[in-house]
Amino acid sequence: MEAGVVVKVSGPLVVARDLPDPKMYDLVKVGKDRLMGEIIELRGNLASIQVYEETAGLGPGDEVISTGEPLSVELGPGLLTSIYDGVQRPLDVIRAKYGNYVTRGVEEPGLSRERRWAFTPAVKVGEEVGPGDVLGTVPETKVVTHRIMVPVGVEGKVSEVKEGEFTVEDVVAVVETPRGEVPVTMMQRWPVRRPRLYAEKLAPYEPLVTGQRIVDTFFPISKGGTACVPGPFGSGKTVLQHAIAKWANAQIVVFVGCGERGNEMTDVLLEFPELTDPYSGEPLMLRTVLIANTSNMPVAAREASVYTGITIAEYYRDMGYHVALQADSTSRWAEALREISGRLEEMPGEEGYPAYLGTRLAAFYERAGRVVCLGGDRREGSVSAIGSVSPPGGDLSEPVTQATLRVVKVFWGLEDRLAFARHFPAINWLNSYSLYLDKVQDFWRQEVEPAYAELREEAMGILQREAELQEVVRLIGIEALSDQERLIMETAKSLREDFLQQNAFDDADAFTSLRKQYRLLRLIMTYHHLASRELEKGRPIEELIDLPVQEEIARAKFIPEEELERFDRLEEKVAEQLAGQAMEVRA
Amino acid sequence: MLKEYLTVKEIVGPLILLEGVEGAKYNELVEVEFPDGSVGLGNVLEVEEDLVLLQSFEATSGLDIARTKVRFTGRGLELPVSRDILGRVFDGLGRPIDNGPRIIPDKRLDINGNPINPYARDFPTDFIQTGISAIDGLNPLVRGQKLPIFSGAGLPHSRLAAQIARQAGVLGAEEEFAVIFAAMGITFEEADFFIQEFRSTAAIERAVLFINLADDPAIERIATPRMALTAAEYLAFDLDMHVLVILIDMTYYCEALREISAARKEVPGRRGYPGYLYTDLATIYERAGRIKEAKGSITQIPVLSMPDDDKTHPIPDLTGYITEGQIILSRDLHRRGIYPPIDVLPSLSRLKEKGIGPGKTREDHSPLSNQLFSAYARGKEAKELAVILGEAALSEEDRLFVQFSEAFEDRFIRQGEYEDRSIEETLTIGWELLRILPRSELKRVKEEHIKKYMKT
Ligand SMILES: Nc1ncnc2c1ncn2[C@@H]1O[C@H](COP(=O)(O)OP(=O)(O)O)[C@@H](O)[C@H]1O
Ligand SMILES: [Mg+2]
Repeated sequence: MEAGVVVKVSGPLVVARDLPDPKMYDLVKVGKDRLMGEIIELRGNLASIQVYEETAGLGPGDEVISTGEPLSVELGPGLLTSIYDGVQRPLDVIRAKYGNYVTRGVEEPGLSRERRWAFTPAVKVGEEVGPGDVLGTVPETKVVTHRIMVPVGVEGKVSEVKEGEFTVEDVVAVVETPRGEVPVTMMQRWPVRRPRLYAEKLAPYEPLVTGQRIVDTFFPISKGGTACVPGPFGSGKTVLQHAIAKWANAQIVVFVGCGERGNEMTDVLLEFPELTDPYSGEPLMLRTVLIANTSNMPVAAREASVYTGITIAEYYRDMGYHVALQADSTSRWAEALREISGRLEEMPGEEGYPAYLGTRLAAFYERAGRVVCLGGDRREGSVSAIGSVSPPGGDLSEPVTQATLRVVKVFWGLEDRLAFARHFPAINWLNSYSLYLDKVQDFWRQEVEPAYAELREEAMGILQREAELQEVVRLIGIEALSDQERLIMETAKSLREDFLQQNAFDDADAFTSLRKQYRLLRLIMTYHHLASRELEKGRPIEELIDLPVQEEIARAKFIPEEELERFDRLEEKVAEQLAGQAMEVRA
Repeated sequence: MLKEYLTVKEIVGPLILLEGVEGAKYNELVEVEFPDGSVGLGNVLEVEEDLVLLQSFEATSGLDIARTKVRFTGRGLELPVSRDILGRVFDGLGRPIDNGPRIIPDKRLDINGNPINPYARDFPTDFIQTGISAIDGLNPLVRGQKLPIFSGAGLPHSRLAAQIARQAGVLGAEEEFAVIFAAMGITFEEADFFIQEFRSTAAIERAVLFINLADDPAIERIATPRMALTAAEYLAFDLDMHVLVILIDMTYYCEALREISAARKEVPGRRGYPGYLYTDLATIYERAGRIKEAKGSITQIPVLSMPDDDKTHPIPDLTGYITEGQIILSRDLHRRGIYPPIDVLPSLSRLKEKGIGPGKTREDHSPLSNQLFSAYARGKEAKELAVILGEAALSEEDRLFVQFSEAFEDRFIRQGEYEDRSIEETLTIGWELLRILPRSELKRVKEEHIKKYMKT
């Protein structure tokens, strides 16, 4: 085979000369270990290549071979429950074959070639099919039915369709197209840097319920939406991302550990098979795909990992599923981009990031969305994208945060000040926002509770008032406040401690349904409304605080989902105790 | 036969540019022969055609263009290892400096190692009792964790690190352990403090020391932590030992990296540190942990001094983004004579949830620590308010919280350098302190635990 030769090696960047027929983003194999790399720049007869593996030992004269194809992922049954590196090499298989360390030059396909899957056809011979039409189904895991779709570019009449157990390489159907017969297998390949196709994009409507109270009630994300989680180290980005991956009502979760800790992936790997999905009642792992390119793994593969992840997410979306894609952390992806850009000696933009950082980020988040999928049945699917951002020193003015904020619609701003006081999730309720709020509130009105939206607005108002009042207390002291204002402080404290604070490590607290969130919020606000009325009647604030029922309010977050009627009783108690004391006083 | 070249073209700081080289490999180890005949080591940073850019681990003073010889070894920088490295002292490049016998290697390991496959990792869950309340009670260390100490000039981080090394042990376990100590750029006195410490406790037989002092070549420091971790991996995963690695001071390591980056005229990131500092540090810190089915483990305690006590400086910042928490020392506590001056609020152990609780430490450990944290946070806040508005402006409750926070610093955080508190003692002190507060404020601990553990 004709090959080019290495002329330069600088960290993950290799330059090769005289590569036959090089194209941008083609996958190449470098050196005798056949290290994987990708062409990222062409100048004359020179091709710059980012290599996905450690380049130590490479030197001028080593051979470079192009595969002639862009970096692609394999899509088909077997993705779920897998753990891949940034370029879709299965880490479990690699460990079994090569040991505990990731060595170089390992070639392993993303999907097992041996495993057989039970394929049940959904079409008959003679039917007309086009891209996206479902040819048949495979029970991929106990909870997910994998739909085998007609690949893009194939249209015609089914001339053959099989039933039974097949590997991903076996032909399960044949489509007669104007260009001849096209055999279809259960596996497709798709270049990761190209968004997969859909019929139509739709506006967001339904919330992605995460079970996290501050998220769902105050700053919701919708299915198909985009969100970012910026915060300094230790503020709770990863715990929040994990909580969402665990409890969101997505049908598929793709979690990309991008340049972060190895142990965090281990944590997911050990926990997800044990935890039960509140929606399906089955282990969470059965609907999860993990991409792990940890901080000590090669940076170029880290750059690719978010694309590998989102392509897999889009593929399940195309089947008509609601998918959550999470990337922890997009800053590490941006840093990988910066490192490669630096080695290419490109003109640096702000803080050394390349000038195209913003467009790359925007293009990535654009791949999220709620869509009508390809295929005659016009099924609907979505990819919601949630990215952590790790701003140096927690400074949100840095380029990655700023570029992200320009494209995402939800901002959950984590603060170390809250984390230090062990207020978790440490999301600042004053500056976080969701641009889906209106849409989601429409949904609440119709599907959950008409009063939910107003209650949320009122609670938010109280939290904002609290911040202003705290300023007053700080300057003058608590005596400066009126009784109504002191009640606001009291309610705000309850909102913070009894509603916003949520312990991700407590089994009873980790997940809260929308219905329970509403009841909990209503309980706290009931106290507020009734106490406020008592104040208007002229009673002093001292009589309305430190009631026994307030301790019960504080524990209400632990009320099991099956016993929500207990909230009725609690609300009654609030009324009784507020009024009851009044009676005692009058008596 | 090693290929030898006399074709040095440029010498800039620690960098040497060589031309007319054939067959050089990226990251290859080279020997640099000085005009006076002495030999130093270096490695290949970049190759382009016949041009090779080297970094010299030895200071380049004395080198010249005409007479400097460079030999290419055809391999990367390696550490020869065997069980006999225990009890030995090496320089920053792994050469013995204790006049002991040569190490007859069992193997030679590339010091860069390979990334642990995330699938091969086992989650750290074994609580290590350090005997220090501020750590064990609130920010506990577990086996396989990487938990740095963020310190500042003049703060007692060495004493604390030595105390941890001296006292650390897993409850109820008798297993083979080892301590690896890597000094980078610290003074002779500081290094000597550790060496004497290891000697006096006879821990030296179970220790391996890599010493690069302030007056040793700065660039050598780039290899030192990798030497130490290569030794650690060998002891942990070949010889089944539980290894504690102390890396001190990572700040000097990062400065050496910055020096190379500046000499290469790379586009600098924050404060002149290279953009790849995060990734580079990760290749060090991530070499901690446990591996499924392996008996040994690597626990890391990197120590770094924060320039200007600034936690947002790139070195502590990027470290905190990689490590599993951080122990932060406070100048304020130190000034007030409190040892160990651990600032518990911004300190964090990310692995504590899985390392503590019933069967590991005690059922009340986690809620009690949450309660202590939030009460101390509130007390400190109230104290600040009192500074502005005067004591009188505080509510009765706030005054109790202030009292609590003072007692907490005095009795919980403060302890002796040779005081080794059991976890029970630590938790007991915690409960005693909570008695200062009104019961209705103890919302984070369970009623049953109050009954059981809070002696009234
Ligand atoms: N919702 C939560 N409940 C309880 N503890 C939390 C929560 N969120 C964060 N924490 C605590 O904060 C620590 C740091 O969180 P993490 O998500 O790892 O931070 P980051 O990813 O921002 O660096 C965790 O180890 C945990 O102790
Ligand atoms: Mg994180």
